[in-house]
Amino acid sequence: MTSYLSYEVGEPVVDRKAPDGPIAERWNRRRFEAKLVNPANRRKHTVIVVGTGLAGGSAGATLAEQGYRVVQFCYQDSPRRAHSIAAQGGINAAKNYRNDGDSVHRLFYDTVKGGDFRSRESNVHRLAEASVEIIDQCVAQGVPFAREYGGLLDTRSFGGVQVSRTFYARGQTGQQLLLGAYQALSRQIDAGNVELHARTEMLDLIVVDGRARGIVARDLVTGEISVHLADAVVLASGGYGNVFYLSTNAKGSNATAIWRAHRRGAYFGNPCFTQIHPTCIPRSGDHQSKLTLMSESLRNDGRIWVPKAKGDTRPPNEIPEDERDYYLERIYPAFGNLVPRDIASRAAKNVCDSGHGVGPGGQGVYLDFADAIARMGRDKVAEKYGNLFEMYERITAEDPYTRPMRIYPAVHYTMGGLWVDYDLSTSVPGLFAIGEANFSDHGANRLGASALMQGLADGYFVLPATINDYLATAKLASVERSHPAVDAAVSEVDDRLRRLLAVDGDRTPDSFHRELGELMWDLCGMARTDAGLRKALGRIPELREEFWRRVKVPGTGAELNQSLEKANRVADFLELAELMCLDALHRAESCGGHFREESQSADGEAVRDDENFSYVAAWEFTSAGSAPVLHKEDLSFEYVHPTQRSYA
Amino acid sequence: MNLTLRIWRQRSPEDKGSMVTYRVEDVSPEMSFLEMLDVLNEDLILRGEEPVAFDHDCREGICGACGMVINGQAHGPERTTTCQLHMRHFSDGDTIDIEPWRASAFPVVKDLVVDRSAFDRVIQAGGYITAPTGSAPDAHATAVPKAAADYAFEHAECIGCGACVAACPNGSAMLFTSAKINHLNVLPQGAPERESRVLDMVSAMDEEGFGGCTNTGECTLACPKGIPLQSIADMNREFLRASTKRGR
Amino acid sequence: MAGTGVIMLLFLVVHMLGNLKIFFGAAEFNSYAGWLRTIGEPVLHNSWYLWVQRFVLVVCVVLHAITAYQLSRRDRAARPQRYQHRPPARASYATHTMRWGGVILGLFIIWHILDLTTLTVNPLGQAHHPYENVVADFRVWWVNIIYIVAMLALGLHIRHGFWSAAQTIGANNRGRDRSLKVVANVLAVALTAGFIVVPVAVMTGVVS
Ligand SMILES: Cc1cc2nc3c(=O)[nH]c(=O)nc-3n(C[C@H](O)[C@H](O)[C@H](O)COP(=O)(O)OP(=O)(O)OC[C@H]3O[C@@H](n4cnc5c(N)ncnc54)[C@H](O)[C@@H]3O)c2cc1C
Ligand code: HEM
Ligand code: HEM
Ligand code: SF4
Ligand code: F3S
Ligand code: FES
Repeated sequence: MTSYLSYEVGEPVVDRKAPDGPIAERWNRRRFEAKLVNPANRRKHTVIVVGTGLAGGSAGATLAEQGYRVVQFCYQDSPRRAHSIAAQGGINAAKNYRNDGDSVHRLFYDTVKGGDFRSRESNVHRLAEASVEIIDQCVAQGVPFAREYGGLLDTRSFGGVQVSRTFYARGQTGQQLLLGAYQALSRQIDAGNVELHARTEMLDLIVVDGRARGIVARDLVTGEISVHLADAVVLASGGYGNVFYLSTNAKGSNATAIWRAHRRGAYFGNPCFTQIHPTCIPRSGDHQSKLTLMSESLRNDGRIWVPKAKGDTRPPNEIPEDERDYYLERIYPAFGNLVPRDIASRAAKNVCDSGHGVGPGGQGVYLDFADAIARMGRDKVAEKYGNLFEMYERITAEDPYTRPMRIYPAVHYTMGGLWVDYDLSTSVPGLFAIGEANFSDHGANRLGASALMQGLADGYFVLPATINDYLATAKLASVERSHPAVDAAVSEVDDRLRRLLAVDGDRTPDSFHRELGELMWDLCGMARTDAGLRKALGRIPELREEFWRRVKVPGTGAELNQSLEKANRVADFLELAELMCLDALHRAESCGGHFREESQSADGEAVRDDENFSYVAAWEFTSAGSAPVLHKEDLSFEYVHPTQRSYA
Repeated sequence: MNLTLRIWRQRSPEDKGSMVTYRVEDVSPEMSFLEMLDVLNEDLILRGEEPVAFDHDCREGICGACGMVINGQAHGPERTTTCQLHMRHFSDGDTIDIEPWRASAFPVVKDLVVDRSAFDRVIQAGGYITAPTGSAPDAHATAVPKAAADYAFEHAECIGCGACVAACPNGSAMLFTSAKINHLNVLPQGAPERESRVLDMVSAMDEEGFGGCTNTGECTLACPKGIPLQSIADMNREFLRASTKRGR
Repeated sequence: MAGTGVIMLLFLVVHMLGNLKIFFGAAEFNSYAGWLRTIGEPVLHNSWYLWVQRFVLVVCVVLHAITAYQLSRRDRAARPQRYQHRPPARASYATHTMRWGGVILGLFIIWHILDLTTLTVNPLGQAHHPYENVVADFRVWWVNIIYIVAMLALGLHIRHGFWSAAQTIGANNRGRDRSLKVVANVLAVALTAGFIVVPVAVMTGVVS
């Protein structure tokens, strides 16, 4: 255990691809300087894309359109079901259609600041530039964004920014954007340019002569292990919030693809940066299998409160006004209920921890629409939030029109992920990571409606431009199926599955996942302490050891076996969790979603330590359970100057 | 509450399959239907039996992965997805029959899991707008009347779950196919491919072995997204229009 | 399916109106039947129009039945395995009534032609005396039953069939759905009632 803590600090990592010069010209310059592959030769290049979410779907469609041969994977039965489908709120773009002072520069500025100065300026600026093209692209594909009576696109403001730059499609923006990408991908599948493998899971990366050259995958229906070789591999496998068991992620969301790549040499960037969303439906009991997000837009009109008395079990409507604590309005009079996600989440945790929480287990706070209904009328409220209220009622059987909603924070998004350079290449040449799978442009905290933007920017515009350069310059020898590196990867995968099936213990894979999740939530969740993280780092290896001794997986590997899939994913979570805790422990500052209790101001606000921690932590894998090596990438800020965030 | 479940168990596509009876105890009314099955599965694993296979992912009613026929009704008694169906709609002592989607275009893979890739192939036949990346005009270059935008959205809401096919006595995919065709055909961006889209998608649908529509209307009652029955009429109109246009 | 159904429907409306002439007495009804045979003269020869109509109707019934059969076969193939738990009939009663109702109608048409066109099974069977033949028919109780059951089947068939045809040819849309259903109901009731009054009138002695 102590050995894992005694990590070494290796060579700093530098982003060699990042161009310099005026920030607004960097992306254009990089695009111009990148080498191109002759269109006639593109067909000869195979690119593997793992994932069909916004990032993978858009990348696969675009690369195929450019003429590459694309081989694509997803674990669901159809590419249309990637978890991007669940995004509700919207997508940001600096279109300035409202003439309210928005611009690429403002979006850039807001994102760097929102990320609490832990992201790269060049990347964020490029993201803001691409945002404009994304909307054009999606409209051309038929994405039915909300429109006004004049027929032009509607926008709303989101996540506490002062401009109205969020494009949306009712409460189903992610669905509509994903279907757009899925349809573009479908066109390429029909044209024979994309070979799709649905219900197929990537279980390992094949690295030959230091370059990513393929993957090992398992057909989830037949259990067949197959090898897919290529000139480049793109991981677009989404986030790893499911480490926490309970999260807003899909049940199948996993870390396997990126964790296997990490084990093969790809650095993992800022693993501890997770976002906890303040407005989710609280759990209703031990059987809870996942958590459901309620759009953040509810905070625009709902008021958050808890009873002033501890352990008050009266029904909310019987608690008189002067016995309620509207704590956000009290602590943050200027922003009130609209403070950023991390702050709202932490405040909710604090009031619940001090015994004021409501609902089962005291894990909830009220989000009350009584005032909004009195002010705007029930109809107006229904028009704005009707579908969310309905969803809430379906899940809880409580009517939010007459009884305040109960909400509680839940794990939602992971800002960490595989470290990538400006070209979205990981530290393994030929391996790219896009979307939520990379340590992204969001620094330590992501703003609302920015993940969809990043996924599509990566997939439609950035990767298709930068991957050319790799394919044009890398001199790639052909790799045969018989190459020893391929065999080694296949037998490792085989062995592992066999081992999982052979344990035949007395605990289900889910029971381990649940236990790990609780541990992570308690010790590496909304608030982290040195002692707590050390405790977690002690417990995780024990749990992992117990897992390999006691897990029970019925059935065989040669069939559809959902327990085996599950166990295989939990095994990876059990390794990743350890790295997350180590990263959280080593970063002895608070920033964005990462709150270290030791690093707060007198009034409980997060305090950044720019002096010591203005860097990206990129971790290199050594071997399971042994200390990784830390590579630091220093961050510098030329255009947006770091200031301490304040919302009081 | 305590329940008796009769669940379709089928090891593989070749296996014949049959209904098998199970008991689940201490089911809380707050559980979702899938969480109730989780409880059963945890129990089965510990007993060394194979858990019941079923598709699911988002568990919030949007990915369209989940779906089973519960007491003869696709997604069960409420108009929602199986993952959003809660146990409070059942009572203590109930016997619940659980079966997979039944349609020859959706062969059973295992237990309650079926192969819905036919839907993907219907989309591949024309359920898209050809708009190569990077060639798009400014989003405001073409205004879309609000009525058309709303109509498009309502049809675009389809989650591809397949409940319409499961519920239709003819195993017809008309509702699903019409939803996508209508979404794209009403938009100005979809206009250039308006005729080929409907002709190609309808013929792909027929080739996949879905049944014909006799306007029964079960599909729309089972659809968790409320795709209306008139959607099929709208598609038929598009189809006739395209057929006559192409004929000329 | 929809096309043949609608042609048959048009015929039935006219047929029903013609039948109602029975209330104006034997002379008028018989001369109406006679007039049917003179339509188109002098361009067409005697009864030619009737033959054209008969031809069209036979083609319609046959095509309609064939397509119905093919569709049902395809539909069965698309759902080879039934649910163990029978689905509660919500909307699907329409499909059942359509198939079985159609078969009843088919059998009825054969009977009806043998009865009143070829006069093979008619109790009276006097050529060129349709009025008397009809009256003779409905004096027999079981003939009434055949007719009334068939008329009820017809009502149900049209009630769903008319709306269904509108749906099939894309004439329906969200705005029109309600009015189409109203029209379908009105048509179904009017046709059923319009046909049924004849046997009822004979039974009660209003027409004799
Ligand atoms: C409930 C919810 C609401 C959200 N709302 C918003 C919002 O309003 N605005 C916003 O900007 N962002 C929002 N987000 C965040 C955003 O949706 C995600 O960050 C983003 O969609 C991720 O896209 P992706 O393409 O990277 O990954 P995903 O969409 O998660 O796709 C992952 C893909 O990888 C595949 N995959 C994963 N592992 C493997 C494997 N081992 N082998 C093969 N395939 C694999 C999956 O099959 C899938 O196709 C929300 C997130 C959630 C959970
Ligand atoms: C002479 C009287 C008849 C009339 C007026 C009539 C009318 C119609 C109409 C309008 C439809 C709807 C077509 C569509 O939606 O596509 C229909 C459907 C149908 N008819 Fe008839 N029909 C008649 C006779 C028959 C006969 C004799 C049969 C039997 C062989 C039959 C069997 C069917 C069937 C099976 C359907 C399809 C069921 C459905 O659409 O739900 N019909 N009919
Ligand atoms: C009480 C109800 C009905 C009565 C009294 C009635 C009466 C008649 C009579 C008298 C004829 C012979 C006409 C002639 O040859 O001059 C006839 C023909 C016919 N009827 Fe009816 N009819 C009835 C209902 C129906 C119904 C419900 C149908 C169809 C479903 C139908 C279909 C036909 C057809 C197809 C012919 C043959 C027409 C021809 O010879 O060209 N009838 N009917
Ligand atoms: S139309 Fe409705 S029932 Fe059919 S696939 Fe779409 S959402 Fe599911
Ligand atoms: S239930 Fe089937 S018959 Fe048509 S109206 Fe729906 S597809
Ligand atoms: S699991 Fe996604 S819709 Fe039910």
